[in-house]
Amino acid sequence: MSSYTQKKGFGAAVWDYITTVDHKKLAVMYLLAGTLFFAIAGFEALLMRIQLMKPNNDFVSAGFFNELLTMHGTTMLFLAATPLLFAFMNMLVPLQIGARDVAFPFLNSLGFWLFFLGAVFLHLSFFMGGAPDAGWTSYASLSLYSPGHGIDFYVLGLQISGAGTLISGLNFIVTIITMRAPGMTFMRMPLFTWTALVSSALILFAFPPLTIGLLMMLFDRMFGGNFFDHTMGGNTIIWEHLFWIFGHPEVYILVLPAFGLFSEIIPAFSRKRLFGYSSMVFATILIGFLGFMVWAHHMFTVGLGPTANAIFAVATMAIAVPTGMKVFNWILTIWGGSIKVTTPMLYALGFIPSFVAGGVTGVMQASAPLDYQLHDSYFIVAHFHYVIVGGIVTALFGSAHFYWPIFFNRMLNETLGKWTFWVFFIGFHLTFFVQHFLGLMGMPRRVFTYMEGQGWDQFNYISTIGALMMGVGVIMMVINCLMSIKGKPAGRDPWGDGRTLEWAIPQPIPFYNFRQTPLVRGLDPYWIEKQEGNKEGMTYAEPLGDIHMPNNSAIPFVISLGMFIAAFGALYNPDADKPWSIYVLIIGLAITFGAMIVRSVKDDHGFHLHKEEILEIEEQLYGKGGNK
Amino acid sequence: MMKGLKKWRLFSLLAVMMVFLSGCGEEYISALKPSGEVGKEQLNLLLLTTGIMTLVVVIVSVIYLLAFVKFRRAKVGENVIPKQVEGSHTLEVIWTVIPIILLLIIAVPVVTATYKFADVAAMDEVDENGNKTALTVNVTAKLYWWEFEYPNQGIVTAQELVVPTGQKVYFNLKAADVKHSFWIPAVGGKMDTNVENLNKFYLVFDKESKDLKDGVFYGKCAELCGPSHALMDFKVKSLSPEAFDAWVVSMKATEGQTADKASTDLGEATFANSCLACHAVSGVGGTGGVGPNLTTFGDRNRVAGFLEHTEENLQAWIKDPGQYKPGNLMLNPDGTAPIYGDLSDEEIQALATYIMGLSVEK
Repeated sequence: MSSYTQKKGFGAAVWDYITTVDHKKLAVMYLLAGTLFFAIAGFEALLMRIQLMKPNNDFVSAGFFNELLTMHGTTMLFLAATPLLFAFMNMLVPLQIGARDVAFPFLNSLGFWLFFLGAVFLHLSFFMGGAPDAGWTSYASLSLYSPGHGIDFYVLGLQISGAGTLISGLNFIVTIITMRAPGMTFMRMPLFTWTALVSSALILFAFPPLTIGLLMMLFDRMFGGNFFDHTMGGNTIIWEHLFWIFGHPEVYILVLPAFGLFSEIIPAFSRKRLFGYSSMVFATILIGFLGFMVWAHHMFTVGLGPTANAIFAVATMAIAVPTGMKVFNWILTIWGGSIKVTTPMLYALGFIPSFVAGGVTGVMQASAPLDYQLHDSYFIVAHFHYVIVGGIVTALFGSAHFYWPIFFNRMLNETLGKWTFWVFFIGFHLTFFVQHFLGLMGMPRRVFTYMEGQGWDQFNYISTIGALMMGVGVIMMVINCLMSIKGKPAGRDPWGDGRTLEWAIPQPIPFYNFRQTPLVRGLDPYWIEKQEGNKEGMTYAEPLGDIHMPNNSAIPFVISLGMFIAAFGALYNPDADKPWSIYVLIIGLAITFGAMIVRSVKDDHGFHLHKEEILEIEEQLYGKGGNK
Repeated sequence: MMKGLKKWRLFSLLAVMMVFLSGCGEEYISALKPSGEVGKEQLNLLLLTTGIMTLVVVIVSVIYLLAFVKFRRAKVGENVIPKQVEGSHTLEVIWTVIPIILLLIIAVPVVTATYKFADVAAMDEVDENGNKTALTVNVTAKLYWWEFEYPNQGIVTAQELVVPTGQKVYFNLKAADVKHSFWIPAVGGKMDTNVENLNKFYLVFDKESKDLKDGVFYGKCAELCGPSHALMDFKVKSLSPEAFDAWVVSMKATEGQTADKASTDLGEATFANSCLACHAVSGVGGTGGVGPNLTTFGDRNRVAGFLEHTEENLQAWIKDPGQYKPGNLMLNPDGTAPIYGDLSDEEIQALATYIMGLSVEK
C-alpha cells in the first residue's frame, strides 16, 4: 500500500493535521499556534501601554487591566514563547541528530494537543465571565480572594497545557539521548540540540512543582482545601515557593534554546565554528543547574530573613559567570570570521548588547538590599523584558528567518526582514530602556493608572510609542511570512553557509527525513562534507533500505479533548446552581481514559516504506517538476 | 581591551552617571533622591552596581563592534574561508575569572547591607523605666488603605504616616486581607505585608517633609492586590522630634472623642448614624477598624490616598466610592451601592464639612 500519494481535499488536510505524528508537521502547528497566542498577548500589551500613555487615563477599567496584565504574562510565557521554541525544537532536533522522528511520535502529538486545548480553554475565560486577574504569578492570597472563575481558568488551563509541555520535554530527552546518528557523539551535537536537551531536563524538574502548586490551588478553590488560606492554617508563602521553584527555571527553559539558536546563526554567518564549543556546553549545563538554586531571589522582600537573602543573592549573581562565558564565546566566534549581515545575523547582532543589558540588571536585582528598592517596580519590568524580548523574541524572529526554508522550502524577503528588525529593535529599546528609570523614580509595576506630576508622564509616553513600533514590527514580520507563500523554492542549503545536518537534507524534506542515516564525522558535519567537495551532501552510514515509520493517530487529540471537556466540569463544579457540571467532568474524563485504554489494547506497529517507494517519492519531490 | 580602559575612565563614568541618575525624578518619590540612611545606602549600592555593570556593557559592546567592523564579509572577501578556531583556554579562563572578581566586589557590600537592614534588635530595647526606647509603628495593609498604629504611644491613625526625623523608626508589617507591599521609595526599599506573619524592618527619615512639593513623601503599595492596587497610596509626614512629640500629645487628647447622634450639626449626626460603625474619630483606641481612622482627616494631604484634598472630592467619594476605588470595601458585596445606603445631597455636604473639620493640628 502506498501511504503518500493520496490526493487531498480541505477536510482531508485538516484530518491529516489532527492525526499527524510527523515532527515536521507538528513543528508547523506549534509555529502557527504560538504565533496566534503571541499576537493575542502582544495586543494585550498594546492595550495596557495605551492605557498608561498618559496619567489618569480611562482607556480600560482597573479590573480589565488586571486581566490584561495576567493574560499577557501567562500567554507570553506559557502559550507563545514555549510553543514557538517547541516549534524549532520539533523541526530541528531530529534533523540535527539525523533521526527519522522523535522517540515517541504519538506523545509528540499528544503534547501539542494538550498544550493547544489548554491554551484555548484559558482564553475562553475572556468570553465566559472574566479572565484571571491575579498576575501571571497568581499569588495565593489574591488568587483565593479573586471572585468569579478567572483563577479557575488559570489553574485548569495551565494544568492541561503544562502536562503537554512536560510530555514534550520528556520526549526530547529520550530522542536526543537515544536517537543520534552514527558518529554523533554528545560532544559533536549542535549547540541547539544541546540546549534543547538541557532545557527539556529543566522542564522535567521544574514543571512538577508547578503541577503540585496548581493542584493545591485547584483543591483550595474547588473543595476548600485550605492549603493557602491562612485563616484556616494555610500559608500563602508556600505558593510563592512552589511557583518560583518552577518559575525561575522556566526563564532558563526559554532562554537556553534561544542561546542555542544564536549559537547556530552566529557560526553560520561568520563561516566559523563556534568558539569554545566545549565551554559553551559546560556553561549551558551550569546555567541549567544554577537556575534551580536561585528561586528565592523573587522573594527578597517577602521577609525570609537576611541569611536566606544573602545566600540567594550570591547564588543568583553566580549565574552571570557562565552567561558571560557564552557572550564572549559568541563574540570570539565573530572575531576572525567572515560576517555576512543577513536578517538572522542582524537579529543575532542586536541580541548580544540587548541581552547583556538585560543580564547586568539581573545582577543588580540579585543584590538583595538594592532589590528592596527595585522589586515590583518598573525596573523589574524593564529587566525581564530585556531578557525575554532581547533574548528570546529576537532569537525567535531571527531563527524564523534563518529556518524558514527548512520549515516551508521558501525564503523570507531580506529587505523587508531588515526593515522589520530595525522597527522592532528601536521600538523595543524605546519601550523598555526608559522603564528602568520609571522604576527607580518610584513607579510600581502592575498599576493600571498613575497620578500626574510624579515625574513619570514623559517616560510613560515614550514607552507607549516604542510599544506601538514593536507592534508595527510584528505586523511587518507576519506580512513577510505571508508573502513567502508566493516565493520560489529555496532548495538545499539556501544560505550557502549551513554547517549542521539539517541543511544537508534536500528540500522539500520528505516525511522520513534522511533517505539513509548519515554518518557524522565531526562537529558541523555538513560543513566537513562541503569542504571535502561531497556533492551528495552527506556520507551515509547504511545502504538504501526499507524505512519503518509510525502510523497517524487521532487518539492524542481525543485524549486532549476529553481533558478539555472535563475542565469545564471542574470549573463549574463549585457553583451550586450548576449541578450538571459533575456529569461534564465524568464524561470528559471517561473520554480521556477510554481513549487511553484503546491506545493500550490496540497494537499499532506502524508501517514499512520500501526501497522502491522511497525512490518514487524522491523522483516526485526532486525530479522534473519537483522541488515545490 | 581591558588594559586600554584606564582607571580614570571608570571614575568619570561613575561621576557622569551620578549626575545623570540623580537628575531623575521627584524628591518626594524618587529612589534616586533618597532622604534617609536606608535609601542612601541603597542608592550607593545602585551606583556601585550600575557602574560595574555599565562597564561590562561598554566593554562587551566595544569588542563586539570592533569584531563586527573588522570582519565583515564585504571587507575580508567573498570566498575567504576563515580559520576554524576551536577555542582558547587562556581566553576562556580570563572571562571566567574577571566576572567572578567583579561579582565579589558587589557581593561583599551586598551581604553586609542585607544583615544591616534586617537588624531590628533595638526594637525591644527598654530604658530603666521599662519603656521602649525605639519608635515602633505597626502597619496594617488593607484593601486599599493603610493603618498605622503606634503601640508605645497608644495612638492610631490611617493613610498618613507621621514620623520624627533623625532616628530609626521600626515597622511591624502585616496585611489584613491579601498581600500588599509597603514602599516609600524616597526613604528606603520595600517590605511585603503578608497575611500570615509579621515582617519587621526599619527606615530613617532625614528630612522634614514640610519643604517638599506637597509637604509629604509618597508611599506606594508594590504588590498586586486587586483592581485598585494602583490607587493604594499613602503619604508620609516627617516632623522634627519636637513637632512629632507635640503631634503625639494632641493625638492623645482626642481620647474618647466621638460623633454625637443627637448633635445639632447635621454632619456630625449623619456621621454618627452612617459612618461611626466603621470609622473612628478618636486617635486613641483600638486598631482593626473596618475603615480608616478619620481623626486627622483635616490634616491630610489627599482624599482616599490619591484625590486632591477638597471638600468636593470628598463629597463625590461619599456619593460613589466605587467609582474612585473599584473593589473597595465601602460597597455592598455585590459592588453596587455604598453599605451606608443612600444619603441626601444635603447630608453628604454636611458630612464632608464635618469630616474635613476633623483635625489635631489646627
